[in-house]
Order: sequence, then structure tokens, then C-alpha cells
Amino acid sequence: MASKRRSKSSAKAKNVRRKVKINILEHELVPKHEVLAPEEAAKVIKELGVRPEQLPWIRASDPIVREIGAKPGDIVRIYRKSPTAGESVAYRYVVGY
Amino acid sequence: MPVEEKIIKEIEFGILSPDEIRRLSVTAIVTSDLYDEDGRPIHGGLMDPRLGAIAPGQVCPTCGNDARTCPGHFGHIELVRPVIHVGFAKYIHEALRATCRRCGRLLLNDRIIKRYAILYERLKERWPLLARMLIAVVRKRAAEVTTCPHCGERQYKIVFDKPYTFYEERPEGRIQLTPLEIRSRLERIPDGDAALLGFDPKKARPEWTILTVLPVPPSQVRPSIVLETGIRAEDDLTHKLADIVRVNERLRELLDSGAPQQLIDEHWLLLQYHVATYIDNELPRIPVARHRGGRPLKGLAQRLKGKEGRIRGNLSGKRVDYSARTVISPDPNLSINEVGVPEEIAKVLTVRVPVTSWNIEEMRRYILNGPGKWPGANYVITPDGRKIDLRYADRKKIAEALAPGWYVERHLKDGDIVLFNRQPSLHRMSIMAHIVRVLPGRTFRLNLLVCPPYNADFDGDEMNLHVPRTEEALAEARELMLVHYHILSPRYGGPIIGGVQDYVSGAYLLTIKATLLSLEDVTDVLSAAGYRGELPEPAIISPKRMWTGKQLVSLFLPKDFNFRGKARVSAGIFSCEDEWCWNDSYVLIKNGILLFGVLDKKAVGAEQPENMMHWLIKEYGSDYAREIYDKMFKMFIRYIEKRGFTMTVDDVALPHEAKEKVRVLLQEAEKKVYEIIEMYRQGKLEAVPGRSLEESLELRILDALSEVRKHVEDVVLNYLDPFNNVFIMARTGARGNELNIIQMAAFLGQQSVRGERIHRGYRDRYLPHFRPGDLGAAARGFVYSSFYDGLSPIEVFFHSAGGREGLVDTAVRTSQSGYMQRRLINALQDLRVEYDGTVRTPYGEIIQYRYGEDGVDPMKSAHGKSVNVDRQIERVIGWRI
Repeated sequence: MASKRRSKSSAKAKNVRRKVKINILEHELVPKHEVLAPEEAAKVIKELGVRPEQLPWIRASDPIVREIGAKPGDIVRIYRKSPTAGESVAYRYVVGY
Repeated sequence: MPVEEKIIKEIEFGILSPDEIRRLSVTAIVTSDLYDEDGRPIHGGLMDPRLGAIAPGQVCPTCGNDARTCPGHFGHIELVRPVIHVGFAKYIHEALRATCRRCGRLLLNDRIIKRYAILYERLKERWPLLARMLIAVVRKRAAEVTTCPHCGERQYKIVFDKPYTFYEERPEGRIQLTPLEIRSRLERIPDGDAALLGFDPKKARPEWTILTVLPVPPSQVRPSIVLETGIRAEDDLTHKLADIVRVNERLRELLDSGAPQQLIDEHWLLLQYHVATYIDNELPRIPVARHRGGRPLKGLAQRLKGKEGRIRGNLSGKRVDYSARTVISPDPNLSINEVGVPEEIAKVLTVRVPVTSWNIEEMRRYILNGPGKWPGANYVITPDGRKIDLRYADRKKIAEALAPGWYVERHLKDGDIVLFNRQPSLHRMSIMAHIVRVLPGRTFRLNLLVCPPYNADFDGDEMNLHVPRTEEALAEARELMLVHYHILSPRYGGPIIGGVQDYVSGAYLLTIKATLLSLEDVTDVLSAAGYRGELPEPAIISPKRMWTGKQLVSLFLPKDFNFRGKARVSAGIFSCEDEWCWNDSYVLIKNGILLFGVLDKKAVGAEQPENMMHWLIKEYGSDYAREIYDKMFKMFIRYIEKRGFTMTVDDVALPHEAKEKVRVLLQEAEKKVYEIIEMYRQGKLEAVPGRSLEESLELRILDALSEVRKHVEDVVLNYLDPFNNVFIMARTGARGNELNIIQMAAFLGQQSVRGERIHRGYRDRYLPHFRPGDLGAAARGFVYSSFYDGLSPIEVFFHSAGGREGLVDTAVRTSQSGYMQRRLINALQDLRVEYDGTVRTPYGEIIQYRYGEDGVDPMKSAHGKSVNVDRQIERVIGWRI
């Protein structure tokens, strides 16, 4: 069954896509993400004077979140390239939907 | 009237239940007639006096108030058959799909319902957004079920035929559901299940979305107007309600007399139509209800919707008092933060001034002058709050009675602060505070230097003026909004206020080396600028004492100001890389003296960041900047006035020799184009990568033609006298550019529509004057004539096609960018930069961790950067010489 399907041209394209597994962490357009340790997260929250859910959200199903293994409730730090500031730091709160 | 002050904390919306509607109502409406033979409103009609007093002097039979204070009272219509409320049709559909057609339960088993209910309760308070998503999930899951888990009833698909018809797809066929049937199904939904469908059963039971009783709004909501002819014209809503009552009563008769079912259904449908169009008369797939004259009636939704609707037209934006609008005209003698106000307007706009022992004599004078004579006053307010109209009062008596503690509404006078605005108000410089100067005439007058921020010209532009009337508003206007606080634009960190047109030419002509001024000229020019001080040593002492323009400019510069930079005229053969150059096109200022170079658009023009004016403003403050704009710039136009400046046809006339050269160049280009076409025809043309052969051909031709433009430009500019008026304007940046000169003097060039050579028109040709399929330059919109020579009729057609595209583009662009602006403002309006540098919403949600990621205020930046390092080094260490 599987071999039969592979012979069809449309299925072939699908298959090729599955084979080429790229590491999104290495992609040029994906900035560096890191999960904060609980103590550090608490420190960041305190410094910013916010409740965690007042940070911008990122979904737990987001590819980068899966890749770095963050769980809902975590805070992710992102180092972005910025045209004005060179490098800027942002935080996101991982939510579970 | 004292009104109790209350603060609205929250607003909750719900659906009125039939009982609530009846309780609200003061009367049932049972007849569609409005007035009897004597013209008195009928009891039980739509103009029943109990619905509220509207005529002055009339006492409301319901609340006992007069027309001014009666708030109006609702009536109601008992619909003999229920109808669907079109606004809720979507939710009715969702509720029907998700519930059982027999027992009314949610189509999920009890365990799941219970789990969802608990989850919903938990989410509702803290995560309202998630709660809403949960409801969407419940609706979707329940709609998929085909057998009721509670009673085992088979479920059918409910089809919603917009805007208000529902069908059920039973095995025997499509059956229409009557509102009666729908309502009884909705009634069966238990409260708990309704809550999971997104209804709050206390405020909005599902069955309340079906109308059995229709509220009739008070007469204040739908006033009738009496025309000059004495005929009463009723409001659209009244007409519509009359239709509803008429059909309702007819339906009642039919039901009572036991008419055939078909006739009843017909009238029921008509009733549904009238109620639907009463609520919204722009429903899709439904004929619009019209007036007798054919004008569409305005439904309730039409009153609220859109730009002129209640929300955008009357709540977000209102018409205001203490404002004026008229045509604007220029006045270079005003300061940049002044505005000339016509006396006529100054006599209408007033400022409320408290009388004190210090100003009482002045106020008495205003009162004696009264409303007719400027500067006077229109009203006086006594300490007990009475407002005396000075038009009808004995002004002498009032002036005598005047005492501290009174208020006087006096005319606008010189020195008052007003807000001045030109639409479209695209950035904050579109509304700035100005200081009033009352002038004769009927137009607002403003300094030409503030045209760029308002984007104003004087071809009939009108502007608005508002008078701030509280101390707080006045202080804000004076300290934050005055024009000279807005010289630097937050848009790009540079001066937005600056010289245009003659200011630029004037600055250039004054500062060129050839300009030498006698003592008479110098005194005239300097006194026009308001300079009070010593004259410098003249540059030439004998045979006559003469001063250079550069010396005069230096008088206005601070003594420790240093600057160097290229001038705008530094281009092509006139370019200068540094001060060791003959062309005088490199500006050098040392210790406040303009040593070298000319001032042009780059130095004094508007919207030129990092130029001389920018550093002057940044380093010496806005007060100094205002002064220099008022004085030095005045000198520029005074000089150009004295010298005289114009433009003639001869400025774009070329000598024979030049014309011949241009002709040869054009001929060569034409030949080249034909060569390219020949190559294409023979299939020898190489395609540009990524383009088809045809596209490559077009590209090659356009290249060849634009190349000839460059060559011609070189030729023509060489033949033009550098001090030719048109050329001066183009070089200094006062008006026009080199391309415009070429178009006037040499040839117009390629006309285009949508970036392509013009080819649409007849089949395979633009005009019938060409052979079909002719790809040559002339046949596709290349204009060989110049404006000086005049265009041939065919060329005129090409030119107007290109010109038309430009007009269409601007029209489309303004509407598109206007809508984009509106959406951006709606999205960003409540964000603010907190003291910790973060950008947040009013709820404290973070949008940016640092404003702009670098925390730089663009207005106080140097063209977007926080510091211009080169400039700081220059300031500290200076340079050689």
C-alpha cells in the first residue's frame, strides 16, 4: 500500500517534504530563544512589574517553543536583531492552546 | 438644573424579554393612523401623547414634565405571530443546531456537559477570551451530533437561508420552520445548557431572540417635522412602525375570521419583512423598503452604522462651539506662531475672563464696547450664575455694577492662544497653537513657513480655529502646542518648518558671491528682518562701501556656531567636496560667520534633516529658532523682492546649436530602438533573465530611451546660463528639477501608463495614425517635442493618457492611505510609553520592552539616531583653518 502511494506524483512531493527535516533553530530568520529558569523568570517579572499573562503570549504549539522544549507557564527570552538598537531582548509567556 | 454626578463603571448588554418590554411600555399601539380629522394625535396610535411630550408647552401625560425635560416613554406592539429578530438570526441558527429538536437539551451527554460547565465557570472570570473559545468548541461539537444523547431523538440538519428563514432537512424533504416552532424549541433549552451556548440566561434567554412584542421608541426618537407648507412629515421609523401595525392588525383579523392558511402565511411573512427592515434596511437578498419617492428608508441599524452614524458621527466626533473656519492666506509679516484672525470672527469667538480688581477697568471698557464693537464683550455672568446678553442689556449699568467675582465673555484679542488646524489631520503638527493677531479682512492669515506642517497652500484652502476656554487647556496649548515646539518633527527627527519656494531662491540669491549690497540696501533688508544692532565692517570699502549677503546672514547666527556641509547646488559641474573649491557650493560656518558657500534648500528648506537649521534649533533652542525663522527668513524674501525674480519662456529657449545636438541624439536613439525591434523580429534578441522576450524588448527600448534623456540633460544643462531663473529654482530646490527643464526645453520623453509604454487603444496600436503592431518609440508614447516647441496632436493624446493616470493614482492613494491611517489609529490610540520605557496598553500589557527597541524619542533625535557622533566631535574640537 505504502509503495503504491509513493509512486503517485502528488504523494511524492509530500514525501520529499517529510524527508527534508530542517532544524529551525539554525534558520537565519529565527532569532535565538531560550527558556528562563523559574528563579530568573520571577526576577524578570518583578523587574517589569507585570503579571506573566501581561507579557505577549506565544503558543505551546509554536514550532520554536516545541523545539526548545518550553512548557505552558514558562517565560521565553528572545534575542532579536533590531534595525534601531542592534540587538533587543523580548520576553514571551508560553500559553497552552 | 443640578444633576447628580455618577461614574459609569461597566456596561452590560442583554436582550429585553417580552415581559420587560410590556413593563417598559406606557401603551399598546393598536392603530396605524397617527392623527384624527382635527389633526390631534390618536390614543393608541404611533404619535400617542403618552409616548412623550415633544411640542413646547405640552405637558407629558406620563411623567408630568414639559417637552424640554420629558425623557420620552416606550410603547409596544403585541405581534399576533412571533417574528425573528434579524440581528439575532445567526445566534438562533447556532442554538438550533446545537440543541435537540424534541427535548431542547444540548446535544452532548451529561458527563461532558458537566465537565464543560465547570471549565466554563473557571475560565469566565480570568480568561474571558478562552471562555469564548470554549463556547465555540461546544457549539461545533454539539452541532455534529445526529442523535440526541438525552432522549434519543434523531436530529436533522438546520439550514439557515439568510437573512431570516430556517429550514429543516427531514427525510421527507425540506421543511420550513416557523418562528413559532423555533421559539418553542428555544424555550425548551434549559438555563445551564443555554449558558454553555454563550447565552447568559438571566439577561438573554435564547427564546427572547424571537420577537413576540415589539418595543415602540418614544416620539423624541422619531420626531415629525412640519414643512413650511404646513404639511407634517413623519420620521422613517414612524412610517415603518405604521407598516408593522397595519400588517399586524390585518393578520389579527385574518386569524380571527379563520382565513385560509396560505393567506395567513403570506401576511406573516410580510410582517416578518417589515419588522426586519425596521431594524436593518440594508439586509442582503431582501428588497430595500422605500419611501413613496423611492428614497430608501433608514432602519434602526442605519442610524448607528458608518461614518455619519450615531457612533462615529455623534459620539466619537461632534460639532463644537467656539470654533471658526475660513479661507487662509499668507502673511510673511506675522511671526510663525501667530495667526491672523478677521475682526468679524474675533467678535463672535469669546473667552470667559474672571473679573478681578486688576482687570476690572479693562473689563468695563469691553462691556461698554458691547458685542458690536471690537474689542468688546458678548455676555456677562453674575456670581449667581446668571448670563446677561449684552446685546439687549443696559451696558452702562452693567459696567457700573461689575465687581470682582463676575465673569465677562470678552472678544478674542491679540495675544490669546488658539488652536489652528488643517484637515486631513494626519500628524500632530496638523493642530498647533497660535497666538491671535486680530486683522482686517475676512481670511485667516498665517506665516508661509508653517505651510509644510499643515501641508497648506493658498489656492482656496480653508482652516479651522478653536478657542481653548479652561485654564488647563490654555496652559497645555501654550506650553505644549505652540508652533515653535513643533519645528522638529517626530516623524523623522528634523525640522519640518522651513522655507519653500521664494525663501529658498531668496536665500541663494542673497548669499551668492555676486551679491553686493550698498548701505541703503543693507539697512532696508535688515530693518525688514527686524535686526537691531551694529553693522559689520563692509566687505568692500572703496570706491563704495558694499556688504555681501553672507555678512548679513552671519549677523543672525550665534557667535559660537560652527557648521560645514554640502549645499544642494553642489551637483554635477557645480559640485564641491570641501571649501577649497571655486563653485561656492560647500557651506562653511565658523564662529557664527558664514565664510563660504551658499544657502539653499539644504540649508534653509523644510523637511531637510541634519542641515544648518536642524543644528541651530537643536543646539540653541526653540525660542531662538522662532526668532531666526521670523527675522532671517524675512530678510530672504525682502531681498528677493528688491532684486526681483520671475521666469520667462526665454529661460527654456535653447540656441540652435543645442537644438541640433538634441535632434541628433534623439535621432540616434530612434535608430537604436529600431535596431532593437529588428533584432526582436529576427529572433536575435537575447532575453533578460527571468523575463519573456516581449518584456525584454520593452525593457531594452525603455533603457535606450532613458539613456538618451541622460545625454540630452548633459547637453541642455551645459547650454543653460547658471543664473537663468528656471535653472536657479531647479538647482537650489526652490521649485522644479532638472527633468522638468528638459521637458520644457528639449523633449517631453516617454509617457507611460502603469509603468509600461502606452499601447492600449485600437487593436495593436494606440491611435489609428500608426500601423498595427508598430513597436517604435513614436507609436508607443515617446514624445519628441518640448513644451517650448509645443506638442503635436498625437503627442497630446499620449501626454494626457499619462497625466490622467497620475490624477487617478492620487485619488486612489488618498482614500487608501486615509483608511489605513484610521485603522492604525484605532489599533494604537491607547498605547503609551511608561516611565520604565516600556510601551503598554491601559491594562498594563506589554507591547514593546523598550520604545522603538532603542528608547529614542525621534523628535529629540538626530534624524533617528540618538546622537550624531560626527556633529558632537565637530562641536567639541572644531576643525582646521
